[in-house]
Formats: sequence, C-alpha cells, structure tokens
Amino acid sequence: MALESCPSVKNILLLDSEGKRVAVKYYSDDWPTLTAKQNFEKSVFSKTQKTNARAEAEIAMIENYIVSYKFVSDLHFFVTAGDDENELILATVLQGFFDAVGILLRNNVDKRSALENLDLILLCLDEIVDGGIILETEASVIAEKVASQGLDGGAPLSEQTISQAIATAREHLARSLLK
Amino acid sequence: MAQPLVKKDDDRDDEAEYSPFLGIEKGAVLQEARVFNDPQLDARRCSQVITKLLYLLNQGETFTKIEATEVFFAVTKLFQSKDMGLRRMVYLIIKELSPSADEVIIVTSSLMKDMNSKTDMYRANAIRVLCRITDGTLLGQIERYLKQAIVDKNPVVASAALVSGIHLLQTNPEIVKRWSNEVQEAVQSRAALVQFHALALLHQIRQNDRLAVSKLVTSLTRGTVRSPLAQCLLIRYTSQVIRESSNNTAGGDRPFYDFLEGCLRHKAEMVIFEAARAITELTNVTVRELTPAITVLQLFLSSSKPVLRFAAVRTLNKVAMTHPLAVTNCNIDMESLISDQNRSIATLAITTLLKTGNETSVDRLMKQITNFMSDIADEFKIVVVEAIRSLCLKFPLKYRTLMNFLSNILREEGGFEYKKAIIDSILILIRDIPDAKESGLSHLCEFIEDCEFTYLSTQILHFLGNEGPKTADPSKYIRYIYNRVILENATVRAGAVSTLAKFGALVDSLKPRIFVLLRRCLYDNDDEVRDRATLYLKCLGDEGEFGESDKDVKDFLFGTLDLPLSNLEASLQSYEPSEEPFDINSVPREVKSQPLAEKKAPGKKQSGLAAAPSAPTSVADAYEKMLSAIPEFSAFGRLFKSSAPVELTEAETEYSVNVVKHIFDGHVVFQYNCTNTVPEILLENVNVFVDASEAEDFTQVYSKPLRSLPYDSPGQTFVSFEKPEGVPAVGKFSNMLKFFIKEVDPTTGEAEEEGNEDEYQLEDFEVCAADYMVKVGVSNFRNAWESLGPDGERVDEYGLGVRESLAEAVSAVINILGMQPCEGTDVVPSNSRSHTCLLSGKFIGDVKVLVRLSFGIDGPKQVAMKLAVRSEDPAVSDTIHEIVANG
Repeated sequence: MALESCPSVKNILLLDSEGKRVAVKYYSDDWPTLTAKQNFEKSVFSKTQKTNARAEAEIAMIENYIVSYKFVSDLHFFVTAGDDENELILATVLQGFFDAVGILLRNNVDKRSALENLDLILLCLDEIVDGGIILETEASVIAEKVASQGLDGGAPLSEQTISQAIATAREHLARSLLK
Repeated sequence: MAQPLVKKDDDRDDEAEYSPFLGIEKGAVLQEARVFNDPQLDARRCSQVITKLLYLLNQGETFTKIEATEVFFAVTKLFQSKDMGLRRMVYLIIKELSPSADEVIIVTSSLMKDMNSKTDMYRANAIRVLCRITDGTLLGQIERYLKQAIVDKNPVVASAALVSGIHLLQTNPEIVKRWSNEVQEAVQSRAALVQFHALALLHQIRQNDRLAVSKLVTSLTRGTVRSPLAQCLLIRYTSQVIRESSNNTAGGDRPFYDFLEGCLRHKAEMVIFEAARAITELTNVTVRELTPAITVLQLFLSSSKPVLRFAAVRTLNKVAMTHPLAVTNCNIDMESLISDQNRSIATLAITTLLKTGNETSVDRLMKQITNFMSDIADEFKIVVVEAIRSLCLKFPLKYRTLMNFLSNILREEGGFEYKKAIIDSILILIRDIPDAKESGLSHLCEFIEDCEFTYLSTQILHFLGNEGPKTADPSKYIRYIYNRVILENATVRAGAVSTLAKFGALVDSLKPRIFVLLRRCLYDNDDEVRDRATLYLKCLGDEGEFGESDKDVKDFLFGTLDLPLSNLEASLQSYEPSEEPFDINSVPREVKSQPLAEKKAPGKKQSGLAAAPSAPTSVADAYEKMLSAIPEFSAFGRLFKSSAPVELTEAETEYSVNVVKHIFDGHVVFQYNCTNTVPEILLENVNVFVDASEAEDFTQVYSKPLRSLPYDSPGQTFVSFEKPEGVPAVGKFSNMLKFFIKEVDPTTGEAEEEGNEDEYQLEDFEVCAADYMVKVGVSNFRNAWESLGPDGERVDEYGLGVRESLAEAVSAVINILGMQPCEGTDVVPSNSRSHTCLLSGKFIGDVKVLVRLSFGIDGPKQVAMKLAVRSEDPAVSDTIHEIVANG
C-alpha cells in the first residue's frame, strides 16, 4: 500500500526525566513487542538526554528513524517518523502536542501535573494522530477538542467534594487493613 | 482525574517520588471497575477508573482475554451516562481494548446512535471508534452514514470520516472506492485539514490509475490548496507523476517543474522544504533545475531552528553524493555547522564537506575536523572515518594528510567499533594506494604497541605478515612483532609467531634471526604458541634440515583454505571425537545462501594450522573460491573479472533470477542466482537453457543444474561457454529457466511426491566489451601515462550527437568502457563547456590501459569527444576505439 506517500507518525512518546513512561502511543508495527518498544524508548532517551532541547525543538537520527524532541521541566516530548519523512512536518506535530499539553495543564507542565491529568494527555494524543495519520497540528484546536468535553465533568482534583474525599480515604483504609 | 493514592503508612519524604498512581495494582483496579455496573453511575468515579486502566495499559501491563472481556462488557454499560467527559474516556478505552468481532456487536448500536447524534464531538469520535474496531460485514450498514459524514459541515466530523476511510481502504477497498464523489467534494473544503485528509484518501483510491492521478495533480496544481500539509501531499503526488512520465519526455522542459519551483516561495517552511527535497530527488535532475532548490536549502542552513538546519543539511548531504559541485556554494555555511550544538547536524555537515571538497581544501578541512572529533560520540566518529576513507580513495595524492589524521585519531580514546573502522580504513588505503603502504604499516605497528583489542591486534599481525616482507626494509617491523610475543596474551602471541614465520619464509637475510626468536617461543607457557613455533621452525628448515620445499612452505603459510569458513565451522562443530580423524574433504564446498556478504566472523580465533585470512576478503575472492571448487570450472585458469549481478526478472515475480558473468581467458561462466519466492512450491533440477544463437563466438560446454530450490533460500546454477582465447567476444544470450515443480503442503512443509515439468522465460542479457575491463585505479595518472609512452597510443575524434548535458555524455562513455575514473574527473563542473576525464583499467590478458577523454559541448548540445588511449599493447588500444565506435 502506498501509505508512504502520506506523511505519517510512527510514535509519540512522553517520558519523564529518568526515561520512564508518562504516556506513549505507537502507531506502527515496527516495534511489535513491549521489549522492543522499551528498548527504543531507552535508546531515544539516552541519546537525547544530554542535549538542550528546551528553547527550540531538536532533532536526531536514531536507529534509522528521525526523532524530533523537546523538553520542559521533567518532561521529555518525542515524535518519531521514518527516515524519509519531512522533518518539518514532524516538528509541527511535536510543537502541536507540546503546546496543547501546555494549554491543557495551564502552563503548569511537569510530570506530576501530567500524571494527575493523564486523561487529558491521553485524549490529546488521540486528537493529534489517528493510526499514524496526522489529525490536527494546531495546539489551540487540539486543546479545545480535548477540553470541550470536560466542561461539566472535568473539575480538577483539588475541588473534589467532601464526600468523595471521604470515600477515597475509606477505600485506602480498607486496603491497608487487608494487607 | 486520577485519584492521589496517598499512603499514610509509608509516607516518603521524597516529594519527587510522588505519583498519583503510586502503588497501583491491576487486580485492585479491575475490582474498582465494578462501579461501571452500578445502577446509579458516578461519572467522575468511572472516568477515574478508566484513566487508571489506561495508565496500566500504557505502562505495558497486559490484560488476559477474560479480564479484557469483562472490562469491555462493563464499559459498554457506560453508554447510559450522558456525561460527555465519561463518553470520551469510553471511546478511548474501547479502542485500546480492541474487542473481538463477536464483542463488537454489543457496542455497535450505541456507537451508531452516537454517529447520528447532534453533538459533533460524538459523531466524530463514534466514527473513529467504530471504523477502528469493525470488520467488513458491518461496514455495509454504516456506509451511508460515513458518506454523509465525509461532507459534514463540521470539519472534525469530516476529517474523522476521511481518516477512517484511509484506514478502511487497506481492508475493504471496494467499499471505500464507492465514496469518490463525496471525497472529491471534500477536497474542495475550506477547512485546511479536511482538504488534506480528502486529498490523501482520493489519491489512494486512484493510485493505480495513472491517468486519474495525473488529472488530479493537473487540476490541483492550478487551483489553490489551503493547508500546508495538503500542499506537501500535492508535491509528493506531483513528483510521482513526473517520475512516471519522465521516460517519454527526453529533452525539453519537465512538466510540473514550474509548480515545484513555485512552491519554493510558499509561506510555510514545510512546503518550501518539501518542494526543495522533491526537486533534488528528480531523476536526472539538471544543474539548472537544482539551483533554486539548493538556494533555499542554503538559507535554511543558517536558521536558528535546529530542525530546519538538520533537514537542509541532510538533504544537501544526499545531493552531494550525485552532484557534489552543486553543493559547493553552501560550503561556507556548512563549515560553520561543524561547531553546531546538535551533533547530528555537525556530522552531516562534515560528511557533506568531505564529499564536496576538492583536493585543495582537504588540508584545511582536516584541521577543522580534528578539533571536532574529540567531543562527539563514537557512532558519529565512525561515520566521519568512513567519509574520510572514500575521500582518500578519491584523492590518492592526499593520502599523507588523511593517513596522518587516521593515525592521530587511532591514538585517542575510543571503543572497539570505532577503532575497527579506523583500522579497516587504513587497511583499505594500503591496499588501494601503493604509496601509502609504508607509512600505513608503521602507523599500524605503533598502534599494536598499545592496543587493548585482541581481535584488532591479530588482524594487524596477519596483515603485517603478508605485506611487511615485501617492503623495502622488512627488518624494522620485527621489533614490533616480537614485542607482542613478550607482552601480550596467548592469542596475540600465537598470531605474532605466525607473522614472524612469514617474514622468515620470504626474507632470506632475516631467516637466521627469525630462528633465534622462534626458538625462544618454544618456552612459552601456552600450548598453541609453542606448537606453532615448533611447526614453523620445522618447516622453515631450522638446524639445516630440509623441511619442506620452498613452495610448499609458502603455500602453507600464505595459502588460504579454499573452503567457506562457515561450512568448516559447522562441520567441526558437528564432528564427534572418535577414532576416525576429521576429514577436511568432507566439508561441503558449496557456498550457502548469501555467498558474497562481506561479513567477517567476529571473535574468530587463529587456532587453525594455516592462518585464516583476516584481511577483508573481497567479492572477487569469494567468487574465485566458489568457482574453483567446481571441478568443471577449475581448469579455466584465473578468474579475470566478475560482473555485478544483472537482474533477469521483474521485481516481485514468483522466481527471482539474476546473473553474474564470470570472465576467464578462454571461457565465460554465467552464474544464475535463483530465489523461489512462493512458499507453497519446491523446485527441483533447476536449469537455465541458454540460447546463444546471437553470440556466435561462444560455444556451450557445461551446465551445472541446481538440485533443489526451496522457498526463500537462494541457490545457484551455472552455465559455461568456450570462447576464443584472449579475445573480447561479445554477444546476446536469451534464457529459459527449466525446472521440475512440486507443491509443498503448507502445514507440514513437506513436498508432494508428484510434480510437473515447467519453464519460465527470463530476460536476455549481453556480454559486452566492458565485461573484459577491470577497474584499476592509479595514484598518479600523469606518471602512469608518461611511463606507458606514446608507442601504444591511439587517438581519434568522435561526435556523440545531441546530449542532455556534458555530464551525461561523460558518464555514458565511462559506462561503455567500464573503467575506473581517476582523480575525481568523472565529476563535471556545472555550466562547463569542456571537460577532460581520465580513466584507468586492465583489459583481458592483463593489459594495462589508460584513457584520456576530452569533451566539448556547443550551443545546441552537440557533444564532441577526443579519445586518446595508451596501453601496453597497441592492439588493445585499437580495441578500445572499436568499443567506443560501436557503443
């Protein structure tokens, strides 16, 4: 199939400052097993770790893939494509993801808030690329699509109602008793 | 929102360790998923549980089939909730769980309801989910809705349907193809991304219809395309159309080139780059066409964005392989990139410069690279070393500078792979540039004085043993070699002993002193070292004994095993110790699949009696070895030349066959490499029937069939011909593959008893004059030319007619002659009106031939050429003229 003529993304990775997964999404069968995926993540992380990709997005050839990446705080954003992809398209996808996460986390972008709002991050990934095909690259549009659903149900964690907080606490108590 | 699971009991002070998912367990989360079944759904709670499930999946946790099914059924209950946020999470988890076909039915009606919802978000997502999980049978039911969605006025919905269409086209092309009208309408959409997705789908629907694609491109390149992404797509489709139509538009302007050039002025960088890249990749691109693309790429080189610099330098690097001169304008910008923070960019810049550099700039360049080498990783260094190796082969006169550079970096810190790349480069330079031998060998000697890699030490010692004795002053190497015997581990010591023996065998004046050294090795504490010393002393005739005849000794020391080493290894491994000694004749001589891969066995030990060859064996050696192992061919004498493989079948046919032409003095052997690409069949008794009626000088003498050709394991069959001795006879051969075909049971892998005879037509090929010419470079063309003298010189002039460019004419003549271009003269500077090209080679009968070609081109592209040939034999000079006259 001539899918290669259509710009495509192989994976999007969001790792923490130790290379551990925060959220990842693979769109290609190039890494069929979990081990293959983790090895790729390890290699991408270690080869980019020492670079300074904070002001501008950086790019590198890793294992015959091109990987565009950008870091902020303790989060490392990566977007991977095949080696004949247009680098600038790849960088546009990265920038879209990066900025959309910034909007969704209200510029408080770090690992902790990313994990606390993991649902938003996952929805964000879902809105950027579908099965390798770029859906949207404009950060504000992506963020709007993700957030539009959360108007009634998406109250942040800090605004949990008392009863819920109690329920959570009770749940924890029960679990610690079971041990 | 994920709940923070604050564990009071083991509260850590380390704030950084905090995670809302700390201590999460699959079992517990699956328990929690029971809330999905509550009659009163708590939307937020359910969302949190789904997030936890997705977190687990994302971390690589897997659910068993039963667990996944349970979660899936529970999730389907959540369609009751009207909560939008929860619904989005439901969509997500259904996609992640990828339910099986019988489970999909449960959610189909819910999703179909959402597809017709008034809420855009529901419509878009329901389409994507349903198309992801559905199989063909359901598609008929929802097709109507999908067609509507494609032209939906909400762009998100339209995009969702179009992208789903692209995915579905892979599995259900006949259904998706019915949507052309709607997709065509969507191409005109005002929403940027809808246009992009529609264009991608439309092209894929029509991709097999060249005319339709060409029409699509024609209409769109005239109109306006809004989205930069869609414009990039259009550029890709346009270059595809150019590629496919290029055959019938020789000369004249290339269609659509103006469109590509226009895109270089687009406002989006991604489009500019896409167009520039497309131009550089045009087949037979001319310098005039390249120039505007190179200009924009040059601007990108000084961009503040690393991605732009990387993209530009990577593309220019590729261009430099084919059009080095077109890139030279960028050299100044490129040089400033050597210090780029991004090491990928710096390495690409350096390798580009090494490709485009001319002889005068080499020294300056090397100085800059020296500073750069100290602070990059080994993997980049290896790329640079390889680029330097090819530069050195291009400018043999500069070997001194480059060899010095290699020896300097050899002294610095570095891992095995890096050192190995340097050593390999030095060995290749020594082999190809005779002048570099002495200095190269002394660099290698210095290196082994302080080398931590046993593999490299033994490789160098072996090489030294073959080359060192032939130098002007062999005695100076002895010290380095003997130091190894004193200082190194047993493997290296054994290698050094063998090397000493080789010096002893070849250099009579050193023999007595070598005996002294070898006798000392008799007291080594390693068995192998002692054994070797004893053996060599004996056969070199120590103590005045007549050991072996001189020739036997040399054969023993320098000869190679005429066996594939991998076969020998396999045989030795399967040999069980018994009374019966190992019989070397039992080792199969046939080269198994991939006979010519230039792989060296890593960690190979030199434990055999004869030192195994450790210098990289070339393709030619491998061929020679293989042919001499076939008794019918062994009497043909020395193999003069083997051609590159010529494909005799189209790509992706049932059988793939290519032919290698082996030229001997009075014979030719055609080696047909056959591969069976059909798993269900087995071929037996494979044979090529050759019709040589159009090759009068050739008479078939022998045909060696291939006994069996199973799926995907290549095999060879040979046909040999007799031809007049020493004469470059030419002719055309047509070929028919004949075989016995048997079906293979796919379950057992066994072939059936019964079979049929069958045949398969292959393409024709020719034996041409270039097959009798071996490419042999000379390091100093002028000297070589003078030394051949004017006696064997023949000069004549030829008109070559109208040519596309001077460069094209030059490369055509080089190809006809099949000779080695010298001093980089195969590259024609852009816009030049005349050019001189120097070629060197060896003609059949081992006659050295040098050619000086002077080209000139005038206004209407008429090309004229003056051909001067010098060779050791005037008759050969005449033959060269005949080749050109008939070419």
